[in-house]
Amino acid sequence: MRNAVGREIPDEILKLTGKEPFQGNLYKNGVPFRRYAPIVRPVMDNRHSKLVRDIREALEKCGAHSGMTVSFHHHFRDGDLIVCMVMEEIRKMGLKNITLAATSLGKAHDALVPMIEDGTITRIEASGVRGKIGEAISAGKLKGLAIMRSHGGRVRSLVTGETRVDIAFIGAPTSDDYGNLRGIGGKTDCGVLSYSYVDGDQAEHVVAITDCLVPFPNFPAHISMTKVDYVCVVDAIGIPEKIATGAAKPTTDQRKLMMAEYCTQVVVNTPYFKDGFSYQTGVGGASIASTISLTKIMKERGIKMGFGVGGLTKPMCDLLDSGMVRLLLDTQDFDLDAVASVRNPAHHRITASAYANPFNKGAFVNRLDYVILAALEVDVHFNCNVVVGSDGVITGAQGGHPDTAQGAKCTIVITPLLQGRIPAVCSDVTTVTTPGESIDVVVTDYGVAVNPNRHDLLDALCAAGTIPLKTIEELRDTAYAIAGEPQKVEFGDRVVGIIEARDGTIMDVVYQVKD
Amino acid sequence: MMFLNCQKPGLIRDPYVYAPDSVLLDLEDAVAQREKDAARFSLFHALREIDYRGVERVVRINGLDTAYWEEDVRCAVAGGCDSIRIPKTETAEDVRRVEQAVAEAEREFGIEPGRTLIMAALESARGVLNALEICSASPRLFGIALSGGDYTKDLQTGISGTGVELMGARQHMIIAARAAGVQCFDTVWTSLCDMEGFRRETEMIHAMGFDGKSVINPRQIPIVHEIFTPKAKEIDFAEKVVREIDEKRAQGIGVFTVDGKMIDIAFYDGAKRVLALARASGVYKGEL
Amino acid sequence: MEIRKAAVAGTLESSDCMVTVEPGEGALQLELSSSVIRQYGVQIRRVISETLDRLEVREGRVTVVDKGALDCTIKARVECAVYRGSETEGKVPWGGVII
Repeated sequence: MRNAVGREIPDEILKLTGKEPFQGNLYKNGVPFRRYAPIVRPVMDNRHSKLVRDIREALEKCGAHSGMTVSFHHHFRDGDLIVCMVMEEIRKMGLKNITLAATSLGKAHDALVPMIEDGTITRIEASGVRGKIGEAISAGKLKGLAIMRSHGGRVRSLVTGETRVDIAFIGAPTSDDYGNLRGIGGKTDCGVLSYSYVDGDQAEHVVAITDCLVPFPNFPAHISMTKVDYVCVVDAIGIPEKIATGAAKPTTDQRKLMMAEYCTQVVVNTPYFKDGFSYQTGVGGASIASTISLTKIMKERGIKMGFGVGGLTKPMCDLLDSGMVRLLLDTQDFDLDAVASVRNPAHHRITASAYANPFNKGAFVNRLDYVILAALEVDVHFNCNVVVGSDGVITGAQGGHPDTAQGAKCTIVITPLLQGRIPAVCSDVTTVTTPGESIDVVVTDYGVAVNPNRHDLLDALCAAGTIPLKTIEELRDTAYAIAGEPQKVEFGDRVVGIIEARDGTIMDVVYQVKD
Repeated sequence: MMFLNCQKPGLIRDPYVYAPDSVLLDLEDAVAQREKDAARFSLFHALREIDYRGVERVVRINGLDTAYWEEDVRCAVAGGCDSIRIPKTETAEDVRRVEQAVAEAEREFGIEPGRTLIMAALESARGVLNALEICSASPRLFGIALSGGDYTKDLQTGISGTGVELMGARQHMIIAARAAGVQCFDTVWTSLCDMEGFRRETEMIHAMGFDGKSVINPRQIPIVHEIFTPKAKEIDFAEKVVREIDEKRAQGIGVFTVDGKMIDIAFYDGAKRVLALARASGVYKGEL
Repeated sequence: MEIRKAAVAGTLESSDCMVTVEPGEGALQLELSSSVIRQYGVQIRRVISETLDRLEVREGRVTVVDKGALDCTIKARVECAVYRGSETEGKVPWGGVII
């Protein structure tokens, strides 16, 4: 069946998953559901100890079994040690057919590929599967499906009970012996535990893993002891140098600076740029350069940002320190300065649900004015691909892309027209992650295109006269004129993955790559 | 004029994005001896197949004391370049030798005769001294350029950053260029981390009357444009001057004031030039 | 043109390609590896074949390692390698066989 972005979703996949095809951003708006609630085992005995010897004991006490679903967060990014540590133990126990519901998987988890090959792991649900896991899934090695969700979508899937986590493993930089967890104060800090919060509420068993046990009570707790079953102390939960990188810096590359300048011009010439505006941006050099040049104009016009949100970096924290933004709302910390800034009272932690869950009574993304995003590909319908490379291999992550894109009043995607020889603006993206209706402006080094469904933005930017406006087709034509029109990737017949929309419907499917 | 190396495919495919006025495709210093042949193939296809969107393509051939320059000219002209830059030009005869090779190549490859222009780079004491004869050597010669690095070596000194070692060359060249009615371009600034110094130097040569400057990095382009593009005040003044002179000429008046400055007919050409440059830069849409 | 000796042109830098030609008998053999093989493999092969055809290279082995080069660069590298391999001296027929 063809969905609202023109993608063919095979009927057998609809049957297998019980899902519907994507039918537009607001298809489920206002449609009520009953929240799923897990089993709870009361702890009334004041002699009960939550401390376990090791991960094996935790697994046994939680009734680990073949076919179960386990979950993890990715706040430790490329420095994560928890997923592999726990999965190795599960493998040693001889358990099979595990559904791995990590918030995201990457290079730190390359070691899981043999567990995919030997059937220990048969299903994966994650925002993204970067690195060797992505290659393995594209090669057809995972026996079941890989479901890729946005940050908001993942919360939805736990809260509706679509995904039922048997055991949630929460890596915590500090924990006391009763399970009060914090993202700072230890030796392997990650700043916040936003992604895990929903697992604390919705998983049947919750195991905290820490390398820094602190005296009770570990307050204020980022995740409360009332949700934690067991606490396990290990030597190291992550590799600090790989968790938070050195300060994210603005680019010095002239081409990226040009794009950054166009991006800034788009922001300042659109109606939402007034005192108290809200803003989210990424970690790329161009995004950061744009934020810096935006700050100059904010100072000139006496405009302050109302709040900044999302994954945070030093440049955003600098805005807080200099009083140019009133509040920061943190879902993840990308560099050491952002981690340190968590102690600032105007720097607030928010859960993934408050950030982007489409199925609550209104999340922060709905109140965003501007979001600056990247993409692997954008097509002439403004659909974005953030997950599958143009060679057909799964390589990226949804992250908060569809969530923020839908919620923001002005969604800007910034990308060089060509990445090497490969056109980033093309006729049809390899796989759709974010639908064109969510994308308002595309900024490239060859010019800026505005979605025809946004006459208001187009008029405002035309009037400004400072931006080289092109149609999206012109950008595509320029890319193809330089590099040639690329071949359509050849895929096999088997569906290996699903790109899920925020509301749980199917945005697109990923096929196995042909050799 | 932005310097580009033909042997670096990643850099030559869309230089117009940075909006330089011209690009220099180099077959000389940027190319190792054993790659001279490879660079020609790259140049030919780059000239024929890449869209430059109106940016002028200048090809720097190898020196006339090498075995390469003649084939360089054939390749560049066949490719359709807009002009040839002669390195180490010392005499009018140098220019004439290249002119002859260019004319032959235009005939051989069916290029419209006279289409290919020539510019001469002066890189030595002798070259600078012979500037006037070089500027006047050929109707194709549209300008001269200073190559500060080699020139100062010939003087047995170096680039100091103050410009004092280039004073004589710059002054002499702009005088010779104007006397012969051709353009004059300044040398490159290689300290990319010292953008302030680059700006100061560019302001200075602009004030001296130079027509443009060579750049080696896209970051330098906006600064050159900013300094060379007539400012709003200059444009307003130029418009007033042209209007007043036209009006007063009809009334038989030769000298008068505009905005407190004494103006006579001698100011006419300069004002028209400012407006022409402003129009070409896209900052003036008037009709004068 | 006839390939008389082994020759190389181009580099393995991003946006370039390295072309190696070797003499050989029998039909022309072309080996291609590319960082963009899935997206541009067919087009790259076509450009290489057309270029070799124009130069009338009928025998030998041509190996191309491509790092995302555009068509104009691929042509230039193939032509240069063939010229070097054929040990041809003298003026190049720009605009003729080289186009």
